[in-house]
Amino acid sequence: MKPPPFTYRRATDLDEALAVLAEVGDDGKVLAGGQSLVPLLNFRLAAPKFLVDVNRVAGLDSVETTDAHVRVGATVRHADLERDTAAHAANPLLRRALQHVAHPVIRNRGTTVGSIAHADPAGEMPAVLALLGGHGEVASTRGTRTVTPDELFVGPLESSLGPDELLTHVVFPTPPARTGSAVEELARRHGDYAMAGVVALVGLDGDLHVTSARVAYLGLSGVPVVVDLGEQLAGQSHDALEPADAAAEAVTHTDPQDDIHATADYRRHLAGVLTARALRSAAADAAARTPATAKATT
Amino acid sequence: MSDELHEVTLVVNGRPMTARVPARRLLSDALRHDLELTGTHVGCEHGVCGACTVLVDGRPTRSCLTFAVMVDGQEVTTVEGLAAADGTLHPVQQAFHDCHGLQCGFCTPGFVMSVCGFLADNPDPSDDEVTEGISGNLCRCTGYQNIRAAVKQAAGTLAEQGLDPRQRARSASLAPEQGAVAQDDDQEAAS
Repeated sequence: MKPPPFTYRRATDLDEALAVLAEVGDDGKVLAGGQSLVPLLNFRLAAPKFLVDVNRVAGLDSVETTDAHVRVGATVRHADLERDTAAHAANPLLRRALQHVAHPVIRNRGTTVGSIAHADPAGEMPAVLALLGGHGEVASTRGTRTVTPDELFVGPLESSLGPDELLTHVVFPTPPARTGSAVEELARRHGDYAMAGVVALVGLDGDLHVTSARVAYLGLSGVPVVVDLGEQLAGQSHDALEPADAAAEAVTHTDPQDDIHATADYRRHLAGVLTARALRSAAADAAARTPATAKATT
Repeated sequence: MSDELHEVTLVVNGRPMTARVPARRLLSDALRHDLELTGTHVGCEHGVCGACTVLVDGRPTRSCLTFAVMVDGQEVTTVEGLAAADGTLHPVQQAFHDCHGLQCGFCTPGFVMSVCGFLADNPDPSDDEVTEGISGNLCRCTGYQNIRAAVKQAAGTLAEQGLDPRQRARSASLAPEQGAVAQDDDQEAAS
């Protein structure tokens, strides 16, 4: 099992990377962490003529945290984002989700932006980007553009990125105050692809009643599916949430498939159970993140 | 084979080594075939089994999911880089030996390298953290319990020795190497 031959091109700055991508067009593929691409090559499921290594492109290796967002460059490893204390303080959902991405050793090399560009429907980070309503920054020799998750994720392993385009950054907006998050998934082994997974955000008011609720599913459809459950859950107390009806409704928006690991029906069942769990857990997280002073004064 | 060759220099276990390899040469194959370091094992070749794990710039990495050309100029530590020159095993290796953390041994180099990286990040892990730390490596013999025990023992020994687990073991022999830094603890332990 060996990869097919390819021509290796290493870029050291963004302009060079974009020029090479434009030159090789459909025959090229971006190589960053390689943790999804190299297995495809080893199995000879993919045989690009050119690999454009962006690992040494300057300026793409930083995590930038502001009040509004966490912005992640294309060569930031999952492990680096997972350990970033400023990003974690701003948005704990990122670390929570990253700890479900494959195994620690894979996270040392695999990149968060790469996993989003890869558009694997079972991936955690595409679902997180969709849940948070973030966007991607795309560059090519033709210029730059931003893409929403809806525009980016077209189908299983299929993104709307052109062959000459590079997803240079991904921007995860920071949720408002009194918002909690949760990640729930079920896999045969920790770190394996989940049979079903859900990421959730729940917002509370000063009396710790629900004001907003949203979930995104992974592994249950061809692309991440976001369902807004704010209306169903509004006004419920954080510690007496009754999410069963909302979860049952949310699951109807997914389209799970049978495979050797689980039937579609079982996945749908798991999705409902995990949704209820994630909503409760996100509400508890939101309450825990609400300072006592805010509870008293609002 | 008409592949274009690239000259790649890796600092393997502290020693610069150069090979001319095609771009598609996996790091695992470059180590084994071009540099003749066969301690790194190749199992599944798609990143699942962890047998090929080595340290790249100090971080555990799947060498079967990395092209040698990508890590040109970087430092690679393999299982050959752990024991001291006199054969003294590295605390992680010694712990696998003491705890029977291996049977056939095929997966062991990958486990050992993963554990070295894991304990560098987390020198005093809980039982659950150990389980998570080795979750990316498969062993078909031991049932993992002895491997978990080995990780716990290694953590203790490394703490006692004050050794970075990514570094070569200290020699246990009485005569320190010329120019070597004094190793009082080791000498006491060995005497």
